[in-house]
Amino acid sequence: MAVRTEQLAPAAAGTVHGTGYQLRRLIFRLLDYGLMILLAIFFLFPLIFMLVSSLKGDEGQVLRDMSSLQAFVPSSISFQNYQDVFKNVPFGRNMLNSVIVTGGIVALGLLVNSMIAYSLARINFRGRSIVLAVVVSLIIIPFQAVAVPLLLLVNSLPSFGLGKPGWIDSYHVQIIPFVADAFSIFLFYQFFIAIPKDLEEAALVDGAGRFRIYWSIIIPLSKPVFATVAILQFLSRWGELLWPVMVTRGDSYRPLPVAMQTFFGQQPRQWGDIMAFAAMVTIPVLVIFLIFQRWFVQSVTSTGVKG
Amino acid sequence: MSVQNTVVPRSGNWRKGEERTAWLLATPAILLLGSFLIVPFLMAVYFSFTDQRLVPNPNLETQFIGFRNYQRMLDDDTLKHALLNNFTFVIVVVPIQTGLALALALLVNQKLRAMNLFRTIYFTPVVTIMAVVAVIWYFLYNPGSGLINSFLQSITFGLFKPVDWLGDKNLALPSIMVLSIWQGVGFQMLIFLAGLQEIPDSLYEAADIDGASRWQQFRNVTIPGLRNTILFVVISTTILAFRLFDQIWVMTKGAPEDSTATMVLHIVQQGFSQQKVGYASAISVFFFLLVLTISILQRVFIKEERHV
Repeated sequence: MAVRTEQLAPAAAGTVHGTGYQLRRLIFRLLDYGLMILLAIFFLFPLIFMLVSSLKGDEGQVLRDMSSLQAFVPSSISFQNYQDVFKNVPFGRNMLNSVIVTGGIVALGLLVNSMIAYSLARINFRGRSIVLAVVVSLIIIPFQAVAVPLLLLVNSLPSFGLGKPGWIDSYHVQIIPFVADAFSIFLFYQFFIAIPKDLEEAALVDGAGRFRIYWSIIIPLSKPVFATVAILQFLSRWGELLWPVMVTRGDSYRPLPVAMQTFFGQQPRQWGDIMAFAAMVTIPVLVIFLIFQRWFVQSVTSTGVKG
Repeated sequence: MSVQNTVVPRSGNWRKGEERTAWLLATPAILLLGSFLIVPFLMAVYFSFTDQRLVPNPNLETQFIGFRNYQRMLDDDTLKHALLNNFTFVIVVVPIQTGLALALALLVNQKLRAMNLFRTIYFTPVVTIMAVVAVIWYFLYNPGSGLINSFLQSITFGLFKPVDWLGDKNLALPSIMVLSIWQGVGFQMLIFLAGLQEIPDSLYEAADIDGASRWQQFRNVTIPGLRNTILFVVISTTILAFRLFDQIWVMTKGAPEDSTATMVLHIVQQGFSQQKVGYASAISVFFFLLVLTISILQRVFIKEERHV
């Protein structure tokens, strides 16, 4: 990763500089690592606190330990809290809902957003520049500013015979409004215009259609941008709280963030159970993140470089 | 941006086919953006001039009430608090988060062992959803013998007296700022890291030859090289900060005494909880114009910077 600290701290210093220099360098290095370890503790302690508390089966223990370093010592490992969560709330259902909603948005979004981006980047159709300008300007509209009228809108849409008024309390009400995303289109567009045209030209000469080209040339060449958009959309949709608070009524379609908030709101608060719930929400994503770490890093960085 | 300058033979028919294909590819996204972003946005503008309710009263027709919603905003104390809180949040969090992100990026950009590990650790909170973050920190902020109170007490040898972090109107917003920075800073760190790695090594080598100190190199090579990245981070963090909602909704719902009220929370409480869609729409329009103005101002600023 790091490329050039080598020049900042002249290496192979021992021979050129004296031992005093080496000692200074050693101290500096220790301070450097010390600082980074302190920061690591700062970023990790709430998560460790969550995990350790969730493993303390006795609620009294959780509360007694919360004010000292005991909070980070799993004195006795018990899965009682986890069992309680499964007993009291349909956690599995909430998880499934989150997976369906987020998965649906990401999968459909990849298709829909890359398709329009391809036509904007490669086909010179009438109205192209207007569509492009509108899409780019839509990036600025915050979802929060349209949430309330959107609620009214989805409330009045036909319900596909589900026996309820409107779209409220369903999967599609949580998926469809988020599929098309102006920023994703923009990321795809930027990537596509940078792909050399030669391959496509050759395919066009050979009589391949645009859909064929999009499917068998563009998509295989664009894996990085597909990964970027998928990860960014995942990160922003998986934790979405505002919209599902407004459009879900019960546990049947409720995703994890709302379920977390509702579980937290139940009195009396059982902190052990709450931490077990929080841990079960967090750990799967953490594992996925650790496995696909490289892609996460690349996708985040690719959003920033264009300024 | 020229899109087509090809050698492919093209007849009128071929062109027509191309047009049709282009629109076919574009239609799903256009329909979706139109129905779920543009239409609701226009609805917000329209509703803001009416007394529309979420569940219309059959006996009471929705009426056109001119600018009355906008006038009401002038007397809405919660809205004023919300606006003030949003600006306070932005003014405090944006510089701190940007600075901390840059510091973290510089640290993990060193050519040392285990940098990958530290980078991963600093990014971990970003993949933790805000609802969970809010719940954990709520526990940490426990008044009395919560972990943060006890920690501050023991490092000050008892001088620090336990406080009610989220219940005190002077402490609630700062407490929420801390966890917001904790959760978000890793994202900006990675963006800075990408920016740092785009600065050519040769610039540092040249500075080295000229005998520049590390601080001088940072001032005269790193910072100028990161200018666009810094502006991008500042803009995106500002916009995100204006959307502040999740942690507030879980932790305080605006309490105590509106000290953690925010624009988006107020929109949700008015439009959803109290069903006053007309009034919430007026706030939404105002919120949009605010975000737009700030983005335009910042964009103008970038343009100027780039010409230097």
